[in-house]
Amino acid sequence: MTGRPRTTSRTWFALVFLAVAAVASQVVAEGAIQRETVGPTVDWIQSPQLMRRLALSFDTLLADVYWIRSVQYYGDTKLSNEKKKEYDRLFPLLDMTTTLDPRFNIAYRFGAILLSEGYPNGAGNTKQAIALLEKAINEMPEKWQYLHDAGFVEYWWNKDPSAAAKWLLRAADVPGSPSWLRPVAAGMLAEGGDERTARALWTELEATAEHDWLRQAARRGLMQLDAEAVIAQLQPIVNKFHDTTGRFPASWQEMVGARLLPGIPLDPSGRWPYTLDPASGAIDVDRESPVFPLRRSGKMPTLAQ
Amino acid sequence: MRAISVVAFGVFRDSIRDRIAYGLVFFAVMLIAASILLAQLTAGQDVKIIKDLGLAASSVIGVFIAIFFGIGLVTKEVERRSIYSLLSKPVTRSQFVVGKYLGLALTLLINLAMMAVALYAVLAYFDWTATPGLRASWEAPALDPRMLTAFGLIGVELMLITATALFFSTFSSPFLSVALTAGVYVIGHFSEDLKHIDTIVKSPALAGVARGVYYIMPNLASLDIKSEVVHGQSVAALHMVSASATSGLFIALLVLGATIVFSRRDLK
Repeated sequence: MTGRPRTTSRTWFALVFLAVAAVASQVVAEGAIQRETVGPTVDWIQSPQLMRRLALSFDTLLADVYWIRSVQYYGDTKLSNEKKKEYDRLFPLLDMTTTLDPRFNIAYRFGAILLSEGYPNGAGNTKQAIALLEKAINEMPEKWQYLHDAGFVEYWWNKDPSAAAKWLLRAADVPGSPSWLRPVAAGMLAEGGDERTARALWTELEATAEHDWLRQAARRGLMQLDAEAVIAQLQPIVNKFHDTTGRFPASWQEMVGARLLPGIPLDPSGRWPYTLDPASGAIDVDRESPVFPLRRSGKMPTLAQ
Repeated sequence: MRAISVVAFGVFRDSIRDRIAYGLVFFAVMLIAASILLAQLTAGQDVKIIKDLGLAASSVIGVFIAIFFGIGLVTKEVERRSIYSLLSKPVTRSQFVVGKYLGLALTLLINLAMMAVALYAVLAYFDWTATPGLRASWEAPALDPRMLTAFGLIGVELMLITATALFFSTFSSPFLSVALTAGVYVIGHFSEDLKHIDTIVKSPALAGVARGVYYIMPNLASLDIKSEVVHGQSVAALHMVSASATSGLFIALLVLGATIVFSRRDLK
């Protein structure tokens, strides 16, 4: 007999059986196998310049990989149950991403937001955020958005209106930049920064952001401003309760019972009530709320201060 | 000319029957298609990543085929001793080498065209399903015709790598040919560092040698415009023409060198 041997029905049956058994075994084993905790990830190559050379002509693809790693690292850290969240690898990852692809727009803009965002929701490192944006400005001086973002970090997180105004005036000098930059900068210089200026900045960012993620960040900033405004209105009412009773209310229900409030106040996310500290009367947003943490100005009129 | 085209067509026919080449191109096409899934992980950088991955996959698979098939063009015929029957026909050794080169170059260009079509198909799907808001956030349109310029220069690079592999295979072993061609590929992408090495070394002699190597080796970095194209930047026509023309001269030099070496080679 010559020619190809025929595949019998038994062989086919065995093939299908083994395939099903292998997949089923994997599903069962998944629950049974207890994985050992893997140690911290090590970035074997830490020099972005060396990595850029090793990447040959595939540097932009490698930049994509590092961008995905940056986003995952941020997300994993933010959602982790660790008491002390470490964002220490975020800047090196973003630096690597933007060295491999120096025109990676979103890595600069969103990276700066992740770096400057208040701890524990972000790294809370405004120096690194500005350093990342300065890198973008050197690479693409024709884009006013990075100068605007640097001004924003100074204004919102560093609470330094004069430094912020300098960035915004530089942004206004870039050909093609929008006309609202100069008045906003002037407002910062004149008033030393107020809620209206911050709201104008967030609103413009929401309107002009070219990306959904940036728009969402702007919406969140506006919600934080709303929360601060509501807290500023609630605090005198809590203080009034203290003046009347000699103590702070134990809960919002007590305030509602005393007819000082019509209901339990919810933060702008609409899901979380504001927190009330019975010892000091301080009001804040819940740690689980998407608007946490607020950029507290320290000017809230609590009796504890 | 007829002899060259007969040899070239023979190579082309063998290449498209080759399961390994098929597999590689199929792998690249699958990789490009799978980039839709990968793009979901990338925080809004979907189109950029699909383009990056598509261009990189086309380039790396093409280089792989160019090196390993380029080296086998002459070596296999000699090892199988089929070269004797080929050269007993009215085909000179030079015609044989040039025909072999053109056959593989044609195969590579067709493979590259297939990968380009696959990438554009994936991007067309993405463009079709995208919302106007998402489209507005893209630095360049999904179906940006400028990507064809990147594919064009990848094609030139592949032809240059094929010529290099063919040249080395005419006088060295397959293993050494792979190593030497890979070396040219790597050095070709380091050319800017070689040119400016005087900024990091103090020795004028070493800087001079590095500068010499820069001019002797083909500058493959000048053929890499993937980043510019993905970010929607235009590449100057002068850059395209000068990089292609210089590469064309290197290709002619290497193929001529291969014909000279092969013509002098003792095949007994």
